[in-house]
Amino acid sequence: MSKLIRMDQTGHSTLAEWTAEDPVAVEAAVEAFRAELERGYLAMVSTGPGHAEQVRELPVEAPLVILRLPISGG
Amino acid sequence: MAVEAHPVEILPEAAAVHWRPRVDDARLRHLGGLWMLTTLGHVVPFAAAATLLVWLQPLALPVALACLAHAWVIPELYARRGANVVRPRGRAAEEPERRAVGLLGDLVGHEARELHARTGLVLERGRLGTWLVGEAGAVLLHGRRRRAYCYCVKVDGRAVVDGAGAGELPSGDRIAHLLLALRADEQGFATVANLTFAGARWRLRRRLPAPMRPALDAAAASIDTRSTRPR
Repeated sequence: MSKLIRMDQTGHSTLAEWTAEDPVAVEAAVEAFRAELERGYLAMVSTGPGHAEQVRELPVEAPLVILRLPISGG
Repeated sequence: MAVEAHPVEILPEAAAVHWRPRVDDARLRHLGGLWMLTTLGHVVPFAAAATLLVWLQPLALPVALACLAHAWVIPELYARRGANVVRPRGRAAEEPERRAVGLLGDLVGHEARELHARTGLVLERGRLGTWLVGEAGAVLLHGRRRRAYCYCVKVDGRAVVDGAGAGELPSGDRIAHLLLALRADEQGFATVANLTFAGARWRLRRRLPAPMRPALDAAAASIDTRSTRPR
């Protein structure tokens, strides 16, 4: 089961869960994913120890997609 | 509709600071050299004035000592400014903090998780050096001399429409945000962040809260033991 989560003030919120074999769940996840990107969130997937990549389309096979806020110099 | 992942190599936030040169090894050495010159620019005149005063008039010793105090205090103030980037910020409620730390724990290995529990900092090995990531900044140990570079960087909740969910983040989430950005584009991360201090590790260590000092020691030790890892 793959998960789309958003880091927020609750710790994190699970926005969608899907398996690649469930097109309805995938469609819902893609919609949720795009809605959050529209709002300004950035989507990240881990690609191994110490590595992460930003993605602009939902990687359906990824077990975990994390939405983060942008950063800026403090 | 399912689509494949298309990784983006450059941190998008770097576009907001397009005038800054992208940080790399050479840039870090350059910045480190500038900070060293700045420190000398503060220390040498005061130390020289103290020496001259005592040589001209030994009774001016109290004034000379005041000059030497300035020569010592000014670099210490810079180091304190650097240490401030990793000082703990406010805490959220217990449950969000617990959930956030759980997610952060999933992102890092056992050693980093244990170090975070003890010190509040996450150790991350990168190509530029070894990082210690805190809630509102990070420290990079770079080069053979392990010079410390302190970066102030924050999660920008104003960047999202309506800001829902982007309120006061738990501490673990703030670290996870910075960690993911760092992992995606280490050079971009260092470019976006504001450099608040670059200097000797020992000077920074003195200004860190005592519980965080073992993290700095662990980061320095990891440079000794790590092998070069391609990224």
